[in-house]
Amino acid sequence: MNLNIFILIAMIALALWTVMTRSLLRAAIMLAFTSAIISILMFRLNSPIAAVFELSVCTGLVSVLFISTIGLTHPSVKEETFEHMVDRLRKFKFLPFIIIGMGMALGLVAVKINLQLPLAEIETDARTVMWNLRPLDIIGQVIILLSGVFGVIILFKESDKK
Amino acid sequence: MSAESLQLFCTFGIFIFMLAAIGVYCMLATYNLIRALIGVELLLKAVTLLIVAVGYITKHNALTQAMVITFIVIEVVVMTVAIGVVLGIRSHTNSLDARDIRNLKG
Amino acid sequence: MYSWFILFPLLSVIILNLPFRGMMNKIAIWYALALSIAQVYLVLFPVNIVMPFLQLNLNADIISRAVLLCIAIVLFVTILSAKYLIKKEDKLFNFVNLLFICLAGMNGVTLVTDIFSLYVFIEITAVASYTLISFYKDKDAFEAAFKYIMLSAMASAMMLAGIALIMLISGDTGFFAIREALKVSPHSSLIVFAIAIFICALFIKGGLMPFHGWLPDAYSAAPAPVSVLLAGVVTKTLGIYGLIRIMVSVIGFDGPLKQALLFIGALSIVVGALAALGQSDFKRMLAYSSISQVGYIIIGLGTGTALGIFGAVFHLFNHAIFKSSLFLNSAAVESRLGTRDMDKMNGLASKMPVTGITSVISCLSAAGLPPLAGFWSKLIIIVALWVSGYRVYAVVAIMASVITLAYFLSLQRRVFFGRIKEDSMNIKEAGIGLTLPAVILTAIIIGVGIAFPFLRDAIKF
Repeated sequence: MNLNIFILIAMIALALWTVMTRSLLRAAIMLAFTSAIISILMFRLNSPIAAVFELSVCTGLVSVLFISTIGLTHPSVKEETFEHMVDRLRKFKFLPFIIIGMGMALGLVAVKINLQLPLAEIETDARTVMWNLRPLDIIGQVIILLSGVFGVIILFKESDKK
Repeated sequence: MSAESLQLFCTFGIFIFMLAAIGVYCMLATYNLIRALIGVELLLKAVTLLIVAVGYITKHNALTQAMVITFIVIEVVVMTVAIGVVLGIRSHTNSLDARDIRNLKG
Repeated sequence: MYSWFILFPLLSVIILNLPFRGMMNKIAIWYALALSIAQVYLVLFPVNIVMPFLQLNLNADIISRAVLLCIAIVLFVTILSAKYLIKKEDKLFNFVNLLFICLAGMNGVTLVTDIFSLYVFIEITAVASYTLISFYKDKDAFEAAFKYIMLSAMASAMMLAGIALIMLISGDTGFFAIREALKVSPHSSLIVFAIAIFICALFIKGGLMPFHGWLPDAYSAAPAPVSVLLAGVVTKTLGIYGLIRIMVSVIGFDGPLKQALLFIGALSIVVGALAALGQSDFKRMLAYSSISQVGYIIIGLGTGTALGIFGAVFHLFNHAIFKSSLFLNSAAVESRLGTRDMDKMNGLASKMPVTGITSVISCLSAAGLPPLAGFWSKLIIIVALWVSGYRVYAVVAIMASVITLAYFLSLQRRVFFGRIKEDSMNIKEAGIGLTLPAVILTAIIIGVGIAFPFLRDAIKF
């Protein structure tokens, strides 16, 4: 229980770092670390398969996407960095205090939740649920991957630019 | 809802809310398009964690894991298309600043 | 049999991308047309094709079938106009593939019986439409797409958070399980919050008034065939149909919820209509008018009575038809004049008679003049409001209808009537690819309008 709280605090700290850091590249890397911490939390919350997905796809693939994009766009970003620096500090100075204050306020209020939880699930294997009970979502995944493929074909192809 | 799971849910709920707030703040406050996408990522991460936490409390881990896997696939595709759009904007304006593309007005 | 509505577009994409690209390039467009006609046929005359190996949880009632019909009709006209407007064969091929993905997504949204699958299919359609909006890689289109992505991502997060919190009491994501759980559980503040954010997310997707920021940009910056599709069915299916489905099959109608729907609907009607009055861009005016017309659907839904819901769905159908027709007219004008600024046009009716006549009929249907189709749906909504005691809203709806007529008359006067300008003396009627679809849609408007008194008994609602 206590360990969970430490991990959660680390998650918030990393997220704040992600948002407040000056360098875009460091922001992307910190995002990957935040995501890794979240996958540890998922593992502790008894969802190992989802944790593996989070670790491999979000920490790996999305970071690679962001970092390569930043690499592609870097030359123009550099010039603006200095101007943005002052701007950013002014805007993000108060964010940690807002966030911590909000968390403490929520903790004090400690919303009285009284819900009747449903019965525990009979089927406990995520793979069975995925393939036998929710085939529609699998079809959905296939369709959205195809739509991503066409998005990449249309958006990233430079040859037909005017 | 038992006291123990209530406490767990409240703890996670508060931190998830904080994470989502950081993401939304980042989306709203920044002018850099890639930073805005990073804010979106943080927001979506908060939601992922919420789904997993709900699965843990209600002991429906199998169903929520299936949901999270589908959601992660969707998230990656959305991010890819979004980055394609950002690169497209950059090829027109040669910058990543949202202030350069305010042609249209809501 | 309903699984074919999703599987067939998916299989089509796969088949079209098999190795024989050269041949497929040529037949893709005809294939797409045939598919949309097949969908119209299957909706009107259901055939029971059994799926032997795959059991999907799909279901369709009369509301879903009306929406499936709209999707097929609007898709048909979109393909016709795309064939005319997109000249390069390669681009057309990619466009058709994206349309198939959109079709699979929208059919999925209309048929699912599970709240998470609803989210998945909403997201599929949204991703396909981001790409469609930025299809020509214009600067404005990219900007609009980026705005849409940001707001849509916010909406996705809200929607999923709502689903997760609802799962706390239901433990399942099926419509039926959630409805039962909502009956049993005490109305805790957490669940009310969950439902509120879920509905707000649908408002964002549907572009209702406080959340409409992305909609006029997306409609006006998108390529012409895409704006027909977006305005006609995409936002209506994602936001409005999603809302109707959730209200009817899951949440049910509650006092405060009905008030909220009525208020948001009335706000959208009035502000959308007033904003439309001030526009000088053809497509932006149509976009604001779209927000205003969607408001009618929402207040019809907000009554919570069977008559109101019937009116809402009927207006959704009518809106899809007349708004697609108007966007086709704007595409026709733009293709000839090269501009969308209405101050630079005048008296085009003498040069473009078909476009002129179809746009007049569509405008009158939108403004609700008898005996066109739009009249009946607006009448039903207003009667439903009056009968269930929301008389203030009924009066608002009638007054806003006058504003609708005002801005459409202003559009007609600026674009089609009056003296023709010197520099547009030698323009011609737009090609058959833009006039034929408009004529088909106008025929549907007139046909439904005249036949409606007879159809009323046939449609068992």
